[in-house]
Amino acid sequence: MSELFEVLVGQPFFKGMTDEQIRTIAETARLVSFDEGSVIFVEGGPARMSYLILEGDIALTLRTQEHGSKIIQTLHRGDFLGWSWMYPPYRWNFDSSCQSDVKAIQFDGPALKKIALADPQLGYEMMRRFTEIIVTRMQALRIQLLDVYSTFR
Amino acid sequence: MSIQLSAEPIAHVMSPVPCRILSVEQELEDTYTLEVEPPGSDWGFLPGQYTMLYAFGIGEVPISISGDPADTTKIVQTIRAVGAVTDALVGLKPGDFVGVRGPFGTSWDTKAAEGRDVLIVAGGVGLAPLRPVIYDVLNNRDRYENVTLMYGARSPGDLLFASQIHEWRGRFDIEVLITVDQADQNWRGPVGVVTSLVGRSSYDGDTAVAFVCGPEVMMRFTIQTLERGGITDDRLYVSMERNMKCGIGLCGHCQLGKFFLCKDGPVMTCAQMAGSCWIREV
Amino acid sequence: MRETLVIDREGVDALIHALADRGYEVVGPTVRGQTILYDTIASTDDLPVGLTDRQEAGTYRLEERGDGALFGYVVGPQSFRRFTTPPGAVFWKGLRTEGGFETVEPAEPPRYAFFGARPCEVAALKVQDNVYGAVGDPLYAGRRNQSFTVAVNCTDPAPTCFCDSMGTGPGVSDGYDIALTEVIDGETHHFIAEAGSDEGSEILASLVSRDPLDEELVEARRMVVRASEHMGRFLETDGLKDLLQGNLENPYWDEIAKRCLSCTNCTLVCPTCFCSSIEDHLSLDGTEAERVRTWDSCFTLEFSYVNGGPVRPSVGPRYRQWLTHKLASWVDQFGEMGCVGCGRCITWCPVGIDITKEAAEIRERDVRRVVVGTPSVREAVE
Repeated sequence: MSELFEVLVGQPFFKGMTDEQIRTIAETARLVSFDEGSVIFVEGGPARMSYLILEGDIALTLRTQEHGSKIIQTLHRGDFLGWSWMYPPYRWNFDSSCQSDVKAIQFDGPALKKIALADPQLGYEMMRRFTEIIVTRMQALRIQLLDVYSTFR
Repeated sequence: MSIQLSAEPIAHVMSPVPCRILSVEQELEDTYTLEVEPPGSDWGFLPGQYTMLYAFGIGEVPISISGDPADTTKIVQTIRAVGAVTDALVGLKPGDFVGVRGPFGTSWDTKAAEGRDVLIVAGGVGLAPLRPVIYDVLNNRDRYENVTLMYGARSPGDLLFASQIHEWRGRFDIEVLITVDQADQNWRGPVGVVTSLVGRSSYDGDTAVAFVCGPEVMMRFTIQTLERGGITDDRLYVSMERNMKCGIGLCGHCQLGKFFLCKDGPVMTCAQMAGSCWIREV
Repeated sequence: MRETLVIDREGVDALIHALADRGYEVVGPTVRGQTILYDTIASTDDLPVGLTDRQEAGTYRLEERGDGALFGYVVGPQSFRRFTTPPGAVFWKGLRTEGGFETVEPAEPPRYAFFGARPCEVAALKVQDNVYGAVGDPLYAGRRNQSFTVAVNCTDPAPTCFCDSMGTGPGVSDGYDIALTEVIDGETHHFIAEAGSDEGSEILASLVSRDPLDEELVEARRMVVRASEHMGRFLETDGLKDLLQGNLENPYWDEIAKRCLSCTNCTLVCPTCFCSSIEDHLSLDGTEAERVRTWDSCFTLEFSYVNGGPVRPSVGPRYRQWLTHKLASWVDQFGEMGCVGCGRCITWCPVGIDITKEAAEIRERDVRRVVVGTPSVREAVE
């Protein structure tokens, strides 16, 4: 447990939270690792876990009719993966697999929700950090969507 | 009345000089690199500059010089075929002639980057006008601290200068980070916007210098990300693009506010532009 | 102080002939269609004798004056830049050769005498000297370096004139070879002619003339001063550059856009606009190429085209580009304003947009004045 706490304290995501708060969250977490090529979750599968990547690269893919499986984004050290456990229908929106060996901290979604209900202040701290990541990522995805490198004839 | 306006001899101002094509190489589906014999032995250029290339009787376009400034035996120009004139240029063969005027424009300020970390951020074909500064920095490597190239393209098949990127990757004195907007399962690298690479490189935000080139929206987003990382306006260089017809500040098309990008640019610092890039349709 | 003489209408004819004898192509005001344009003139008969122009925003009419005045009007839709940078001028010609191609030296440009140039015209030529001089353009220099200017002081400005605000008139102070002031009053009809250069002195000396009476000189000067007091319009230039550069995001530009047709008339009639485009021509057998310079306008959609589309697809930003270039960026680029107050853009705008009014409106709605807590400019406008 204390090892996990040390790891969490060092992560930029938790900067600004009190030790007490981090300890509480640590109770829902555990260290996990995946081999290169492993599938972490598939589109449509039940969403329960969240991952904070410590090492390695994860690819998010979508299966399309015309183009096969397309990687739409990759996540790396320090990135958060997975929010679909927050809202119904609690199902993953894409596939996720490991481009390399991956070490991550896995958080139990429903457990995090229980903590937030019991301690709204802590719940707010978590939500604020999640939304910041989501907003930044959304802006980046918008730029990707613009297909800016294409030629116009 | 005795008005005596200076008039550059026609040969220097608006008169294209015929230069022999040495080679034409296809880089991507619509992108080609021409190697052209320089008009004279004293011809040279600074990284970031461009020439006006003239296809006899068809037209003239501004094209970035994408070669090594230290190699004065040839002018290397990377062209994207997007219209009548560029189609004509990429259709030329070795031994044919192309009209050359220039070089024109401002350059990437490598002097300002000496003793500092250098970030080179390229998007799409924006890698072409940045390649000369990569050459220049690597040719004088000991003048700089950490050097990082961050390059984003549409897909793995759209990576420009792919073999050269591979070469640079093999070096220990430059960090090369590549990303694409989308890829299939065979791609083992990052997928996402080029700014996502910024967080993955270590640089000293207080002193680093950044050279950025790509589509304007990509540059705006990159500027925001780099500024969040501590790089101030005066250390952020961008290559702005506007319609250019003359290269010498005569035709008025390339104006961005008070600047004639053909001669006050294309390379400018964000400090010089003082927020112009955020104003709608300026 | 160079000599000042008095000549009559015959003297003006002699002046035109003297210039032609010296090899100048004399171009001056003449009636074409229903306007006064500049074209080759052979004598005073070609001038718009006894005519005046009624000008207002979006309006231009020629009217009989009922006298024999040679210069009883101000300016028409053209300026002398029609001759210094003729639209369609071939600025480069090449012939295909074994070694690629070679440049063909251009023909000698004509020597023009700009006859009947108003002070705003003279000022416009000086503005363009700075623009083309900075670039070293041989096309302009070739025509300008050999030119001769016969200026005409204004004594009766049009309602659209505002040269006084721009410090460019209604009288000329320099930049001319000969300056004329027409005095016409009942029986009297003569011209005070002042030399402004050695060549001007030479030519004046060859004309039949007499010395002016002191009161004639005083009256001529007074006429010009009276003209400056009767300007139809006024442009406040104090702090104008900073005002415009600080108001690039003012919503008022889009208000103007509702009226502006982006027809480019203002840029075509303006004596200082210099934007140009290049047309490439190739002979049918592919051996001869020509590069031709045409007039262009920042109001066209194609003007700002880059790969992907125009940078200024909307009319508001295009009008903003023209106005801020003329009255603000020009100062950064060339050290002076690009506008000489001739009022042509006001007259020839089909919807009567008035540069002096729009600049004043921006000043009224200056967004730099807005501070936190006060209603925004947008609210005030609505």
